[in-house]
Amino acid sequence: MTAILVDGVVYASWIFLVSVGLTLVFGVLRILNIAHGSLYAVGAYTGAWLVVRYFQPGMPLALSFALLLAGALIAGLVLGPLIERLLLRFTYGRDEVMQLLVTYALFLILGDLTKLIWGVNPYYAYAPYSMLGNVSIGNVPYPRYDLVLIGLAATVGIGLWLMTNRTRFGRLMTAVIGDREISTALGINVPLVCTVAFTIGTVLAALGGAFTAPTISVVPGIDVTVIVLSFAVVVIGGLGSLEGAALGSLIVGIARAIAVHRFPDLDLVTIYVVMVIVLIFRPQGLFGRAEVKRL
Amino acid sequence: MKIDPGNLRRLLGVVLLVAVLALLGLWLAGWTRFLLTVALGESLAVIGVALLMRAGLVSFGQGLFSAVGAYAVAYGMRLWGIHEALLLLAVAVAASTLLAVAIGPLICRYRQIFFAMISLAFSMVLYSILLKFNTATGGSDGMEVTAATVLGYHAAAKALAGVYYYLTLACFGVALFATAAYYASPAGYLARAVRDNEIRLEYLGASVSRETFRAYIFAAALTGLSGGLFALAVGHVSPTLAYWTKSGEFLFAALLGGTSSPIAPVVGTVVFESLNSYLSAYLPNVWQMALGAIMLAIILLMPRGLWSLYERFSARHAA
Repeated sequence: MTAILVDGVVYASWIFLVSVGLTLVFGVLRILNIAHGSLYAVGAYTGAWLVVRYFQPGMPLALSFALLLAGALIAGLVLGPLIERLLLRFTYGRDEVMQLLVTYALFLILGDLTKLIWGVNPYYAYAPYSMLGNVSIGNVPYPRYDLVLIGLAATVGIGLWLMTNRTRFGRLMTAVIGDREISTALGINVPLVCTVAFTIGTVLAALGGAFTAPTISVVPGIDVTVIVLSFAVVVIGGLGSLEGAALGSLIVGIARAIAVHRFPDLDLVTIYVVMVIVLIFRPQGLFGRAEVKRL
Repeated sequence: MKIDPGNLRRLLGVVLLVAVLALLGLWLAGWTRFLLTVALGESLAVIGVALLMRAGLVSFGQGLFSAVGAYAVAYGMRLWGIHEALLLLAVAVAASTLLAVAIGPLICRYRQIFFAMISLAFSMVLYSILLKFNTATGGSDGMEVTAATVLGYHAAAKALAGVYYYLTLACFGVALFATAAYYASPAGYLARAVRDNEIRLEYLGASVSRETFRAYIFAAALTGLSGGLFALAVGHVSPTLAYWTKSGEFLFAALLGGTSSPIAPVVGTVVFESLNSYLSAYLPNVWQMALGAIMLAIILLMPRGLWSLYERFSARHAA
């Protein structure tokens, strides 16, 4: 029982880290970004590459974390504004589905780009993971790194909440989410808000990737699985809702932990089954707002 | 029975197209003919996707039905010992239509992104099932589909590819005509009105849910047939048919061709499949990137697809 709960929370934190950027981007830009998974992959590659390149045994642990963080920031700050300014801004106000396909094209492009830059051989950046060692919870050893992930997810979640609700930029963002036209009329620099929001989303995707890198071997193809997973979480929680992403991650995390422990054959299916069940009862997701149809 | 002159015209058009393709089959080299067989088969799924897009429904999980059709063929052979291609294809269409009848009422309640996501979820459920229960499904290796007879005719191994080409062509012709007739029927016009404005349609006395459901079932049947043809032509089925990237390819091909005419998605599929084969042969490292770039160019510069070129051309000549 404790094992299911701990596994569930660990998995939930990871999913939250990976998918929260997606919901933020959808909230402000109204674009469901398929390329979010590619940004995650780029973050994982940058982080892993920095650790492999600059981290030697014997160096302080904190340095490896700093390298991961730097990787995420570099990847996100470079790609975010570039993609938003050069591509996405031409699609604002167009059909949602067109936007979906634009990001699908972007996903194809970024997939090959990562292969061109980092090759197809796996990167192993286990150092931060193995150096932390294990901790026992109820006689079961858990890697301490998992606790770091939980902490990171909590920090990101609280940080984002504070940013949206307590800062000036957060208020501007809320205004843009509410009504783009009125915000423009009120003198808010809407394009700037969009660029910054998308960049934050990109940094979050890359952060998720970079801090996942030590727990996996970074290979081509990690982008594809993450996309559907984060879609499911975000749709369950309600598109554009921060609280929804958190609750959605928790539900999916626990459901998957139950499946892994009790019905191991079904662990892949659970996520989609949960998504279908939630959509049957709450078509707009748990925290989503129902859209008013216009005549 | 009175024959509608419009349908007669459409029938003539389809017969003409099929005749040209049939002659082309005699002249083409083996591998281009195989490419065309696969493309024509796949174009039925793309027509299905375009048909849904026309009703404002964007499916990111149409691979669900092509996988069901393909696996129906594989199981029909393996479990029931059916070796007649037409019978196997009938099983494929029946299986996908039944599934659509079962899940359609639920899925058709959703619109926009949510329709895309819930259809994606269903196809991914099937993908996971096909992958995990490998004793029954062959897991990620999939299953082999051996040679089938066509109308009782048992083709020699050498002639089989040719026989399958004409089989695919015949199915393609029937499906294309059915789609053209549907587009021009009152139901087809109502489906297009769903995309324009649902509330007005309801005020006018039509049922939005009935029209979307009808479009959904029609699309599923077409896609199931497409999956069945794919299974026969390639001789192998695998879970990747249900993976979301496959459905993404269908959408891409539909968008490339356009959705205004039933033939537009066919053009899109043939171009897409050729691009796919040639790009992956000549640019093995960056072909996905090239594909993505072409896709971006189409979406941003020619949002109504390649077919809009023809429409513009014919409009200019009519004027």
